[in-house]
Amino acid sequence: MDAVKRRKIVNGVVLVLSTLAALFGLMWLFWILGTLLYKGLGSLSWEVFVGDPPGPGDNTGGLKHAIVGQTLIVLIATVIGIPLGILAGTYLSEYGGNSRIANFIRDLSDVVMSVPSIVVGTFIYAIMVKPAGHFMGIAGSISLAIMMIPIILRTTDDMLRMVPPELREAAYALGATKFKVIKDVVYRAAITGIVTGVILSVARIGGETAPLLFTSFNNNFFTLNMFQPMASLTVTMYDYAMSPYKYWQQLAWAAAIILTFGVLGANILGRVIAHYKFKK
Amino acid sequence: MAFVIEPSEPVKIVVDHLKFFYSDHQVLKDISFKVPEKRVTALIGPSGCGKTTLLRCFNRMHDLYPGNRYEGRILLDGENILDPNYDVIKLRIRVGMVFQKPTAFPMSIFDNVAYGLRLQGLKNKTELVDRVEKALKDAALWDEVKDKLNKPATALSGGQQQRLCIARAIAVEPEVLLFDEPTSALDPISTAKIEELVVSFRDKLTVIIVTHNMQQAARVSDYTAFMYMGELIEFNKTEEIFVKPKEKLTEDYITGRFG
Repeated sequence: MDAVKRRKIVNGVVLVLSTLAALFGLMWLFWILGTLLYKGLGSLSWEVFVGDPPGPGDNTGGLKHAIVGQTLIVLIATVIGIPLGILAGTYLSEYGGNSRIANFIRDLSDVVMSVPSIVVGTFIYAIMVKPAGHFMGIAGSISLAIMMIPIILRTTDDMLRMVPPELREAAYALGATKFKVIKDVVYRAAITGIVTGVILSVARIGGETAPLLFTSFNNNFFTLNMFQPMASLTVTMYDYAMSPYKYWQQLAWAAAIILTFGVLGANILGRVIAHYKFKK
Repeated sequence: MAFVIEPSEPVKIVVDHLKFFYSDHQVLKDISFKVPEKRVTALIGPSGCGKTTLLRCFNRMHDLYPGNRYEGRILLDGENILDPNYDVIKLRIRVGMVFQKPTAFPMSIFDNVAYGLRLQGLKNKTELVDRVEKALKDAALWDEVKDKLNKPATALSGGQQQRLCIARAIAVEPEVLLFDEPTSALDPISTAKIEELVVSFRDKLTVIIVTHNMQQAARVSDYTAFMYMGELIEFNKTEEIFVKPKEKLTEDYITGRFG
């Protein structure tokens, strides 16, 4: 009876401690979101989205340049990253299998995934920005794409390998070629997982600052030219937050809120899709 | 020591001294028998006896994985399908297969059945519709799905999915249809429907069916091959095998003394 009692007490203590630990972890998330909303909501206005960048000391102006710049940089990164990541993942799952070279590529891709993002930024600086002589938006896209590829590659590889071999065999048994089997059956079976991976990878790179500092840098003017320095929300936020002007600091809060909820939205979207897919 | 009879019907497939290896491991040991045309032939035997391995030789499914090797010959209408120069794609169009678990593709019911036809380049919409309808009718699924042909096939029940796979296989009008334990994942009612289908294919195409279930072999097949440890022990008319088996091993197996 004593032993049972003791076990019940230990049980209760562990439950309380682990609940507290979980709450402690979550507290920071809600604190950050709360502070952001508290400080940032007031600075959000229509002007923030459509206004041209403010001059020093101005009390009007917005983040149009940074929002458009961020969107363009991430969009181009995605356009580069998706086909490379998906094709590489397809190679690993469908052609490489468990061969030495495939496993070597998997390990290598994991290494790239854990390279500090600023290293990716300086690398692109060395091979693109330095030779060109100036910062440019496209260099930012490429450094983000480099960070995306291993994520998309990994999820594509994992998702394709989850497709049951019987499904592939059934298509072969009807006289399909390997390409047809992959295109018609394997991709279809794995599409939700792959889309989820892509969205999560966009969310993952969307908030990166370091790879952009040395590549797309910043621009105080609105531009659509990928071969010019280009503003992004992250770098703009950093610059404005450090500035002495009250209005710029407010815009930095607005940038933070737009970025956070953009990334959070993408994350939630990815997870909702994954949830509906894997619930069955 | 094996007892193998010569079927009285015309022969569709001749298995001639067939050996099969997974890498260095020999799974089929010198198998020879003749599969009669437009009859149902059952392959029975305990787990690991090689019956599924043998079945997968008939459409060269083993080619999908590296390290597999065949020796001997399998003649389909006199042509050796194990010849490396034999076109596997053409072979698989002539020899269809239905698997153990239902393998409905992640597309609509219609597209599932049309898949093999489209692979062969059939584009004419009316002809596609006609052949899909005929295949679904022949697979006794038409009445259940005719109003939801555009719904995803994965929403069907397991038994319906298996009949869909049969419809998909017969839509391309194969000469031979292979079944790999097609009812082992199904409930008794769905099983009965699949068995009825198998029987209905008699006189239309050559069927080879692997089954764990001896009653099933007795119910659906004309001929039965009993295999044990990679060898063919007995090949005979089904009623002969179940009523008076010639080999001691066959008798032990069908009377439940092992396996």
